[in-house]
Amino acid sequence: MKTPYLIFMLLISTQINPAQAENNTVTTLLQTYASLGATEASAAQGKQLWRKVFLSNSEYSERSCASCHTEDLTAPGKHIKTGKSIKPMASSVNPERLSDKKKVEKWFKRNCKWTMGRECTAQEKASFLLYLNN
Amino acid sequence: MKNTLAITAVIFTLAFVSLPVVWSDSDFRWGELDEYKHRSSGVAAAIDPVYQEECGSCHMAYSPGLLPSSSWMKLMSGLENHFGDNAELDAETQKSVTTFLLSNSADRSDYRRSQKFSRSIQNDNVPIRISETPYFRHEHDEIPGRMVTGNPEVKSFSHCNACHTKAEQGLFNEHDVRIPGFGKWDD
Repeated sequence: MKTPYLIFMLLISTQINPAQAENNTVTTLLQTYASLGATEASAAQGKQLWRKVFLSNSEYSERSCASCHTEDLTAPGKHIKTGKSIKPMASSVNPERLSDKKKVEKWFKRNCKWTMGRECTAQEKASFLLYLNN
Repeated sequence: MKNTLAITAVIFTLAFVSLPVVWSDSDFRWGELDEYKHRSSGVAAAIDPVYQEECGSCHMAYSPGLLPSSSWMKLMSGLENHFGDNAELDAETQKSVTTFLLSNSADRSDYRRSQKFSRSIQNDNVPIRISETPYFRHEHDEIPGRMVTGNPEVKSFSHCNACHTKAEQGLFNEHDVRIPGFGKWDD
């Protein structure tokens, strides 16, 4: 008797949280990252990493995600070098975000390398996703 | 009698002049004139959707007709350090973008301005910055630095569309130039 009740509650709770229920891409990616060792990812960690400043010894010596995307995920950003406008990152104001797995991976690769000088770990990527997916 | 002769002469002349137009069955359209003007003074616009997406996300999608094939090949082989940015592509996309660039490059274009870019480059010189080609330099040599590099709204010669209002359509005519903070350019 208890199991059907639990399933029912689970279904209700996914309905209440539309961001999680609708975005299959994020769910799939989080599962992949979890299988690669991202067990302690969190939105809080993602937010902290987003603002963390990394040092580079070439042009733009202080780099962070916010350099181009700003600290406000719901606002548009601006490419630090070319000045080209970047659409907001938050999927709540820009539903196009985090909807294409290949695209997410492409930008993680490029932008982690530029900002941190290396690729992001699975844990870091999972944290970013949790932070951005709201 | 003299009048009749004159009128006849006029009619014959008109008929003779209009003959090629009637014969050629050409429907004149202003669109064709625009196309001609564009070819004779501009470069082809960058129209490939993959190119627009992959390259145009970070900067203006420069027309392939602004650099010759050798330059595009060199540029595409160094995307992991693309003027200080990482612009790596997966193998399939890399191939698609390269094909588009090479088949529309300056040395293969019939647009007049593309040919000027191409011709200005010596064989052993392979510039990967459009702004380093001799033709580009020649065209911009009278512009004072304070209008571009010293202008916070322009910053760099790489930002074509900061001043060339129709750059993304491949049009670089002088009368379309508006320099932010300075206005029209007239030399």
